[in-house]
Amino acid sequence: MADTAAHSPHPGAGHGPGDGATKRDFLKMVAGAGALVGAGAIAWPLIDSMNPSQDVLALSSVEVNLAPIPEGSGITVLWQGKPIFVRHRTAAEIKAAEDVKLGDLIEPQSDADRVKAGHAQWIVLIGICTHLGCIPLGNKPTDPRGEWGGWFCPCHGSQYDTSGRVRHGPAPLNLYLPPYAFENDTKIKIG
Amino acid sequence: MVGLHKSEFKNPVINWIDTRMPVFTMMQKEYGSFPTPRNFNYFWNFGALAMVNLVLMIATGVFLAMNYAPNSMLAFDSVERIMRDVNWGWLIRYAHMNGASMFFIVVYVHLFRGLYYGSYKAPRELLWMLGVVILLLMMATAFMGYVLPWGQMSYWGATVITNLFSAIPLVGKSIVTWLWGGFAVDNPTLNRFFSLHYLLPFVIVGVVFLHVVALHITGSNNPLGIEVKTPQDTIPFHPYYTIKDSVGICVFFIVLAALVFFAPNFFASPDNYIQANPLQTPAEIVPEWYFLPFYAILRSVPNKLGGVMMMFGSIAVLFVLPWLDTSPVRSARFRPIYRQLFWLLVISVFALGAVGAHRPQGIWVVIGRLATLYYFLHFLVILPVLGKLERPLPLPESISRPVLGGGKMPGGATAKPMEKA
Repeated sequence: MADTAAHSPHPGAGHGPGDGATKRDFLKMVAGAGALVGAGAIAWPLIDSMNPSQDVLALSSVEVNLAPIPEGSGITVLWQGKPIFVRHRTAAEIKAAEDVKLGDLIEPQSDADRVKAGHAQWIVLIGICTHLGCIPLGNKPTDPRGEWGGWFCPCHGSQYDTSGRVRHGPAPLNLYLPPYAFENDTKIKIG
Repeated sequence: MVGLHKSEFKNPVINWIDTRMPVFTMMQKEYGSFPTPRNFNYFWNFGALAMVNLVLMIATGVFLAMNYAPNSMLAFDSVERIMRDVNWGWLIRYAHMNGASMFFIVVYVHLFRGLYYGSYKAPRELLWMLGVVILLLMMATAFMGYVLPWGQMSYWGATVITNLFSAIPLVGKSIVTWLWGGFAVDNPTLNRFFSLHYLLPFVIVGVVFLHVVALHITGSNNPLGIEVKTPQDTIPFHPYYTIKDSVGICVFFIVLAALVFFAPNFFASPDNYIQANPLQTPAEIVPEWYFLPFYAILRSVPNKLGGVMMMFGSIAVLFVLPWLDTSPVRSARFRPIYRQLFWLLVISVFALGAVGAHRPQGIWVVIGRLATLYYFLHFLVILPVLGKLERPLPLPESISRPVLGGGKMPGGATAKPMEKA
């Protein structure tokens, strides 16, 4: 009996080659699957620990006072680590944004869809170029604003209009809109 | 030896790699068909467990470092942030913290195994010494890791341990200043401890590799302590010992999980949840449990330099152990007197552990001194002399004989997997 253990590489398995699935194969699969599940269960907390932590998620909203922003210029505030453009548009800028034919746009979207009803003078955008993540210029009236009077990205020359819609590549999409709401006429809450 | 390797692997991709860099052949040889004594008991699990534990510590440590700030102003708060805000941060930190305790439990059992079964004797002296190097590196790593949370015990532990070096005549004071990077434990100390705490585990990985290389040259010792003589004495490492190690690994994770989920601060000192205060020493300074016996030796000697030297000497003596023990018989099973004295050594180490956890007064001082005395007596006097006086029990003829039931050993035609032995 003891000699069997020394002579057969698979003592007690009771099968030869070509028998098809055996109890040993089954046990191997179950053990392997169990080990894989265990390794996954150990790996997941480590991987998930790299996701935003609770204190980062807690910084989810910021209030902005609109009163000090003069017509024709904008400010940049920080929300979740990202720059947010809040710009006070002039009547001419609003008209330019509203009069554009949707067919001329790279990503067609009407100006009305990008501002809050009754607050057309305020445009609030995530100030990150949709090309490769640079911050476009154009909040200050003295900044280069590009041909369409909105924003101009210094990295690769993308241009946005006064509604923050891309008019000239290489950026493929309009500037993103953050979630926000008017608390009253001179105060918004972003996030 | 230049030239392509003749790989026997059937899979074309594996074969292609193996021909150019025979790592698969190497793994197959060292962990697949590797001839291993057939009579291991569960004490032989602990090397593999230590390996698993090392990987666990490095993995959890790398992720902790992503959220830890090694700055005396930020360290304590960043650890609290890990506990409260980082996803699974509490789990990763508790696994790392208790993993350190588990690591020492595993390594101390591994050491116990080596001492009881004489694994340090020729030809395994170098293997043993590399193990002692790993132990020293582990101790340094654990000590510096304990400083990182920048609690009261971290700070005062760091102060006490670094001050040990001030016992060195003449240059002691300068060495301590150099270690601190200042005139007290402070931000520069914390910075360098973090750097080294991250570095040393990878040094340990390197020495573990050498430890395993040495092991695979001499082959494993076994509970009988006699050499492998014939292929019948061995079985291939896989699947026999991969499976046996897996059982141990499951038990290991059960114990670790029990600690992490039900008693995460079992080994911890509540004082370390108070931020470091350089102006106030806690009432009770106690090191982590795994340092208690050494701490007790330090305190048992009523002389600063003497205490420090005895403490380091208690590890140094292990380095020369292969030459202190003069008996040619490895396993304590066949050394009736050594076996009893060995248990006396174990008792004295546990006694030292208890002494280290108590204030050095009254009976604890006496116990500490007696246990310290026996510890050194055992290694420096008893082992050299005993080897000459003791009459060992008769050794079995071979490993396979007691296992296979005594019959005449089958010779000649042996099983395939054994032929390499």
